Amino acid sequence: MTESTTLFTPLTAEERSLAKEQFNFKASSFWKEGFIQFRSNRLAFTGAILLAILFFMAIVAPFFTSYTYYETHLKLKNLPPSSQFWFGTDELGRDMFTRVWYGARISLFVGVMASIIDLVIGVFYGSISALLGGKREELMMRVADILYSIPYLLVVIMLMVIIGPGITTIIIALTITGWIGMARIVRSQILQLKQMDFIKAAVAMGASRRRILLKHLIPNCMGPIIITVTLTIPSAIFAEAFLSFLGLGVQAPIASWGTMANDGLSALRFYPWRLFFPAGFISITMLCFNLVGDGLRDAFDPRLKS
Amino acid sequence: MTKFLIKKLSYLLFSLFVVATLTFFLMHAIPGDPFTQDKAIPEEILQAMFKHYGLDQPLYIQYIDYIKGLLSFDLGPSFKYQGRTVNEIIAEGFPVSLCLGVEALVFSVIAGITLGSIASFKYLKWQDHLTMTIAVLGISIPSFILATFMQYLLAMKLDLFPVARWGTFSQTVLPALSLAALPMAFIARLTRSNMIEVFQQDYVQTAKSKGLNSFQIVTRHVIRNALLPVVTFLGPLAAAILTGSFAVEKIFGIPGLGQWFVLSITNRDYTVIMGTTIFYSAILMFCVFVVDILYCFIDPRIKFQEVRGSHD
Repeated sequence: MTESTTLFTPLTAEERSLAKEQFNFKASSFWKEGFIQFRSNRLAFTGAILLAILFFMAIVAPFFTSYTYYETHLKLKNLPPSSQFWFGTDELGRDMFTRVWYGARISLFVGVMASIIDLVIGVFYGSISALLGGKREELMMRVADILYSIPYLLVVIMLMVIIGPGITTIIIALTITGWIGMARIVRSQILQLKQMDFIKAAVAMGASRRRILLKHLIPNCMGPIIITVTLTIPSAIFAEAFLSFLGLGVQAPIASWGTMANDGLSALRFYPWRLFFPAGFISITMLCFNLVGDGLRDAFDPRLKS
Repeated sequence: MTKFLIKKLSYLLFSLFVVATLTFFLMHAIPGDPFTQDKAIPEEILQAMFKHYGLDQPLYIQYIDYIKGLLSFDLGPSFKYQGRTVNEIIAEGFPVSLCLGVEALVFSVIAGITLGSIASFKYLKWQDHLTMTIAVLGISIPSFILATFMQYLLAMKLDLFPVARWGTFSQTVLPALSLAALPMAFIARLTRSNMIEVFQQDYVQTAKSKGLNSFQIVTRHVIRNALLPVVTFLGPLAAAILTGSFAVEKIFGIPGLGQWFVLSITNRDYTVIMGTTIFYSAILMFCVFVVDILYCFIDPRIKFQEVRGSHD
């Protein structure tokens, strides 16, 4: 009660000095605060560093090996890991270390590209439908619902069968229904934001729809959007590995981690490293992305803050 | 109630119709015909085969025939296996896959709820950290990698389980475990966060203050409320187990529908791919439908009309 009555009266000199003492810290932005919290999460931070190393190695490592991913040495096939071949060789005598890092390029590229495309389409579709409202919103979301009710991997497998294997086709297949999750999240965020006073104020001041969307709505959805992207990347990497494992992925001599795991499966009993190196890298990458995603969610999702 | 059911059911049927239409036209958009092979087939035989399978008809007639077939649950013949129909293939493979899937689902629900409850009882203690580490590993390691790893370690090296094949219970353990890992991890995380939330509710405080012991509080007040969101998750989890089975059945050499599906992909056996896709979609949509209805029975707060739509 007292608070509400004194809230709008100016502070007395005494109160002012008290307040100064009490709030004696620098103003901290939402992002800075979140980043500090993210850094204090040891698991998530380790995951982020490991991911940085993975990306760096994927770019750099193939330049520094003395082998290529396609050159075969039939006399040196199926060798176990050694000082010459760090990860051993495969059934055609190709150096697994080089192939694993080339595979990393492909797997990471597919994962990142697919989620960037999902991001663009999802944000566009979700925000437009939320802004339009009414019948058109209903229609747009019904279309998304129906597409969403078809199991994701089944659609992707169907599309891969039809458009044929390859890196581009995998990305297309992954994004054709992959954007719906993002669209739903953006839509629900914007529907909530639309009710808030600062949006009403912007409307009252005559801001255009476009300005409201770009300056007010989307920036305020950034938290959930970033979290969704970090969690879409591992699922795209998984989907690519899964497709390649079923023989629908990239074609020889290029190899992603999934195709290498598929090749290694038949040799599991005698040459297990041929499966375990690519499989291990898939798992570590997905683990890191999941840890980072969880960490970001804890740090940036205001609803979870207590 | 009936109105709700009819609405849901018509929604389901419409979605299925969309799936069937999409798969039909996508499959017919592929260049070439189902009989394209390395070896040229004589023109007369090709014509005869076209006529036999009705492929000489215009596309819209083929489409109408296909939908008619679907309505009478006839998914058509296989183009690669002479004299076999898609229905036979499904009838042969699905019971095996269903058995495996149900085993995995039961295991994942029991283990997931147990792990999640332990984690929430021991919130922020080492048990919590341990189970949540297991959960994040379960989410991160794809089922097909877990399957190959367990096959190598537990079957080939330690000889605890049979390496592959299907028939006895011990042969189902490894595939079911590898399929169950992901759903288990999801359920564990979900259960934990819900339990922690419910523990803070006023009615739990009330129950405590009126002197109930913690066992009664958990069984009477907490579990039921904490598990509600888990139920909604069963649909997506069934999907995860189902798609996981494609790879896991391949790894363990299990003669289920998943392996048939993968085989038909490799063989480009289009009618089998089409039929199986529609069949799988139907099953998953049916699971979601059942979960929606179950949810209304479990949670009396939700009225049947309100499930999908605005609560505000």
